[in-house]
Amino acid sequence: MDITTTPIAALALAENGIAWADMQTYVTVMIALVIVMTIADLLHKKSATYFFQAAEKADELLAAGEAESSIGNETGRLKQLSTGDKVNALVATVAIDVATAGEFSNGPRRLVHIFTMWGFVLFVAATAIIIYGEAENAMSATAWNIGAIMLLVGSWGYWFAFKVDCQSEAQSYFQIDLRKDIFSLGLMGTSLATLGWEIYGGGTGTWFTLVLISTTALFGSVYWSKFSHMFFKPAAAYNKRIIEANGTNENLPHETRDDEWQKNRHSMELLKDAPMDMGLGIKRSKPENY
Amino acid sequence: MPTFVYMTRCDGCGHCVDICPSDIMHIDKKYRRALNIEPNMCWECYSCVKACPHQAIDVRGYADFAPLGHSVRVIRDERKGTIAWRVKFRDGRVKNFLSPITTKPWGSAIPDFRNEAEPTQEARDSELLAFEPESIRLDDGGLHTLESNGLKLKEGVYY
Repeated sequence: MDITTTPIAALALAENGIAWADMQTYVTVMIALVIVMTIADLLHKKSATYFFQAAEKADELLAAGEAESSIGNETGRLKQLSTGDKVNALVATVAIDVATAGEFSNGPRRLVHIFTMWGFVLFVAATAIIIYGEAENAMSATAWNIGAIMLLVGSWGYWFAFKVDCQSEAQSYFQIDLRKDIFSLGLMGTSLATLGWEIYGGGTGTWFTLVLISTTALFGSVYWSKFSHMFFKPAAAYNKRIIEANGTNENLPHETRDDEWQKNRHSMELLKDAPMDMGLGIKRSKPENY
Repeated sequence: MPTFVYMTRCDGCGHCVDICPSDIMHIDKKYRRALNIEPNMCWECYSCVKACPHQAIDVRGYADFAPLGHSVRVIRDERKGTIAWRVKFRDGRVKNFLSPITTKPWGSAIPDFRNEAEPTQEARDSELLAFEPESIRLDDGGLHTLESNGLKLKEGVYY
């Protein structure tokens, strides 16, 4: 397997191959499917409405200011965010939450997500560049191959290391519910079929058919699968950073032991001489008993 | 007040699934996020709400007594050894509470019974429990009171 070439260009240049124009049509249809189905999914799940409502609620809390009748320290909790603060939140969202899957506190799961996500992005971007550019170079071909390998590691790693683990019903690896697993299976199938297609010499044989089936299943099932999470998850992460920064934070408590005011309260006397870091309690052990 | 999960905050870590005494917190097979599969069986123990590292679980009041947007939210901060509550009443009043959940670093006060001597027959026949009366400090100057410890009970409610 030579990672500086792809079977796509070879197929386009082969005598009985597939023309660039036909490949472009296929990719365009897939892109259109993703756009249409994501919008349909957004409307059906009302996720955009949810985010607008959450933002409005935070604004209302901010406009109302501190509650007049409150017990506890409310001073200086709320803050009107400047444009700079919002840009900071946006940069942190992109750099941490999106680029490195900052949402996950479970390290290995975060790693497989990073592999899957960046592998998918590389693979799809390189495919589009090669097909619409009607040529490949060492860089785009290498990106395509590395993307496919990363996608393979991420998606299969997820399936065998996490998907079954997080099911309390002790199902086997091979018990598949097509409607629920279509996204994972689409990614696994696409990466495996693509690499198989390349390793076994490209062309229009069985492996190529598998590539077409898996990619069509992946992009054609957006409405039913969790594909569209890649669009609303960043919105959720940004929203979380904004409400934390402006202090509204969905009504979550904000008082901590760090406040001088808290240290002198009667209820907190027991912690007066205790270290500020008490270590981990129940979070010391990984959740694995289900 | 059965619990529910904000799917956009949950990362499917499984802490709530582990801790739920009713075994009703599960991971959704499609979204890999937690959900309460049987709200009717939730006894509102708040274990999952406190265990969640992302504050993704909330408790919904029944409409007959909480129709106007009250909220009770909690953050259990293990590292600092505190639990914080923020209670917002229907009329807009807000109460914040912060209380200790441990006074020593976690795991530092687990007794090691392997090194303890076996109880004598006399101790076995006694009505006292293991390590009494030392463990309840009754061997050291009798009953401990606020007064004997130089503390005073303040009047009224204080936070």
